[in-house]
Amino acid sequence: MATHTITIMINGALERLDVPSNMTLLQMLREKLALTGTKNGCEAGECGACTILLDGEPVNSCMILAVECQGRQIVTIEGVAPEGELSPVQQAFVDRNAVQCGFCTPGMVLSATALLRRIPNPTEAEIKEALVGNLCRCTGYVRIVDAIQDAATKGVAP
Amino acid sequence: MTLTHDPVGKSVPRIDTYEKVTGTAIFADDMQFGPGLYFGRLVRSPYAHALIKHVDARRALAMPGVKAVVTGADTPKNFGLYLIDRPIFARDRVRMVGEPVAGVIAATEEIATEATQLVEVEYEELEPVFDPFEGAQPGAPLLHPELGDYEVAPFIFPQPGTNISEHFKLRRGDVEAAWRDCAAIVEGEFRLPQIQHVPIEPHVAVSLWDLSDQVTLWTCSQSPFAQRDLIAQSLEIPHGNLRVVAPYVGGGFGGKAGVSMEVCAVVMARAVKGHPVKLRMTREEEFIGTSVRQSLVAQTKIGCDAEGNLLAMQTQYYFGGGAYNDYGVNIARAAGYSCTGPYLIPNVKGDSMSVYTNQPIGSAMRGFGMPEIHWGIEQIMDQLAAEIGMDPAKFRRRNCVKSGQTILTGMKMTPIDLVACIDKAAEAIGWGVREPASAPHRRRGKGLAIMWKAPAMPPNPGSAAIVRFNEDETVNISIGAQDLGQGAYTVLAQIAAHALGVPYEWVRISVPVDTKYSPYEWQTVASRITWSTGNAVRAAALDAKGQILDIVADHWGEDRGDLDIKEGKVFSYRTEEELPLKEMVIYGLPNEEYEGWTGGPIVGQGRFMPTYVTNLDFETGQGARAVVHYTVGAQAVDLEVDTETGEVEVLKIASVYDVGKAINPDLIMTQIEGGAVHGMSSAYEALRFDEQGRPLNPNMVDYRIATAVDIPHEIFGDFVETPVEDGPWGARGVGEHVMVQTAPAMANAIHDALGIRLNDLPLSAEKVYLALQDKLAQE
Repeated sequence: MATHTITIMINGALERLDVPSNMTLLQMLREKLALTGTKNGCEAGECGACTILLDGEPVNSCMILAVECQGRQIVTIEGVAPEGELSPVQQAFVDRNAVQCGFCTPGMVLSATALLRRIPNPTEAEIKEALVGNLCRCTGYVRIVDAIQDAATKGVAP
Repeated sequence: MTLTHDPVGKSVPRIDTYEKVTGTAIFADDMQFGPGLYFGRLVRSPYAHALIKHVDARRALAMPGVKAVVTGADTPKNFGLYLIDRPIFARDRVRMVGEPVAGVIAATEEIATEATQLVEVEYEELEPVFDPFEGAQPGAPLLHPELGDYEVAPFIFPQPGTNISEHFKLRRGDVEAAWRDCAAIVEGEFRLPQIQHVPIEPHVAVSLWDLSDQVTLWTCSQSPFAQRDLIAQSLEIPHGNLRVVAPYVGGGFGGKAGVSMEVCAVVMARAVKGHPVKLRMTREEEFIGTSVRQSLVAQTKIGCDAEGNLLAMQTQYYFGGGAYNDYGVNIARAAGYSCTGPYLIPNVKGDSMSVYTNQPIGSAMRGFGMPEIHWGIEQIMDQLAAEIGMDPAKFRRRNCVKSGQTILTGMKMTPIDLVACIDKAAEAIGWGVREPASAPHRRRGKGLAIMWKAPAMPPNPGSAAIVRFNEDETVNISIGAQDLGQGAYTVLAQIAAHALGVPYEWVRISVPVDTKYSPYEWQTVASRITWSTGNAVRAAALDAKGQILDIVADHWGEDRGDLDIKEGKVFSYRTEEELPLKEMVIYGLPNEEYEGWTGGPIVGQGRFMPTYVTNLDFETGQGARAVVHYTVGAQAVDLEVDTETGEVEVLKIASVYDVGKAINPDLIMTQIEGGAVHGMSSAYEALRFDEQGRPLNPNMVDYRIATAVDIPHEIFGDFVETPVEDGPWGARGVGEHVMVQTAPAMANAIHDALGIRLNDLPLSAEKVYLALQDKLAQE
């Protein structure tokens, strides 16, 4: 398998990495960088647990090859609260008990963050629509929607 | 930081959310094992039922990067929880598509996957069995001709020479005589397909078997101690040499209880001693290769008199157990001793069976037999009420079990208030008020369903806990229970803090659970942690508190009875003297003039095991106490159906449960919300198979679970608190109950809207539409 050297901005730091042609972005994040906050739930783009921000857009990192990310910017859950201070979305998830098992949570936080950057004051329907690719089996989504509404009223950190 | 004193009954924040929202919470697949890590993949049977004639791994072993291949020849002993019927790797026969036949260990997951194609297995196909009713009939092809030779728990009754792995009989009163007094009798056959837990985290196990035969298993587990026990027995490892470490679990719902693929990882590690081996399920394997909820064929007949008093019930439950039993036999048993649902019926003849089928392994899933049996019972109750012209809510209030009544097994009903649950749920959806649909082609309906469920366990599952103080007066609680998202760690911290008299914020839970260091816990199942582990933690906290009070009483020259711990300080009611715990919990207290010291590091221990559950008679199911207690509740559903498409839109689900005591009210609400959506979603779910038993939809596109846009417009939740006698502050479990009767409540609402009855799940739009067309054609 051919390998490629790529340069990527990950959570604000420039990284140079050697990746095989068939390595997904999810595999690169988890296995080469140990950024394990990005979860592997299906490797088929169905569950959303591996959601990250690619140039600000939420994407399933299991559906993108690492080599496609040359020169692009990636934010994973580890980049949302780099100094340990929670973002408004994360704080709202804590305040609303919007977390149960927590496996979908990193992807949910990133999808919600991207939504609020795109639509600062979304309707309930817009929030649900934005989460349709992020599956949760525990919460019934109720508190997650509540938390995103709360975060919207407070404004998302840049 | 604000400190929360006396936290029991308060909605304190969850203890685990910071880790989880920042992505720092560690799940099994996140653990790092370095470059020595190998990867395993399983060779699985393509046939539902076949004899294995020959396995040849030579080509796989010759592939560069392949380290070893293990097969059934390496695993001569079966494993199992209640019935030891399951080979680790199939030996002479496969009994389901997807059954592990061999395991390949390689340097990378890619090589291991490729090498699985090179393991050659020769099969001879046998006739399969898929329907549990047919499988229970004489002459059906036998899946386990060896059934009579298997080891079995003393309360499970397999029927050798058949496919019936458990037959529970309930006999009370005289059913035949009672039918004659009935003014209305309704009977029906109800079918439920196999469904899957669909946790977002697939199963992952990593095992290391070192050269000194110390074995470690890191895995997402609801049952680290039960896994240690079953794996140690099957592989003949001393229990003390096998360590199971269980980090956070990314959703369990019963699917990560017991043992499934984890034991394969241990066997694979044994083949490459000194190297950890990681085995993780793909999503497809998660659907077919772990476990599923059992299918059910229920044939049920219930009758009442003209005043609406239930008189008689006869029921046969045929659970489709799949190829092997994990929890399956005990699900059939639990469904047998609770076979009436939450009703007082004086004459009962119930037969509940678990039947082997050539399908994925039917096992524990949220509700453990109760969602399955309530599906039919709760629809029949509505039909009986209609036949005698009584409001279904009134019918249920009249007939539902009440505290102190003698129920079907002869046991006295433990304290509950189901009538209050019915009242609150009915009120919440405007019961009895017909409301307009939102469009002319839509019909609106309301439905109600009630439930009961007892923790289904062996009679004596234990919990243990240790409370240790630290120098700064914070406290570490060691437990063997697991937080699957239900909030166990938070609730156990509340219980410890409250019993000790310290603020909630001082308490830490010492996890991950590690069988080498954590005290024993049977399993995190059956909604038993708040209750059972809660009792153990409370006992450990009171033990520690007693030690503290003895030391301080001695130091102050007072009676222990005059002292207490409040807000983290020892306090004398007599002198009003105070002592911060920090000053004595590790170093003790100096005697007068420092002539020696008193006390030392405070470590409290506690345990709980129910000692009062009794045997049930094999022929009648009668006994003094079948279970520890029951949790009960009511759900009411308001929905609309699109008559042009058959699509159901749930407007509101109202759920009210009797929780005994709400240790953390908001966490109960989060269970109620998640359970309502899980229950609604489950009504639409079904694993589908082709005629050869091959799965048709083992992925999240073709097997859909509820997404954010599918949820009810409104979920109402409430609880009542009738304390149990054997729980901490009267608390009982509620995690599973919140989805048990959602599907029949929806079915009753669909009937209210359209006048159609659907006896078989799933409630697909197609099925609703066709049933409506049938009804219109008949009119």
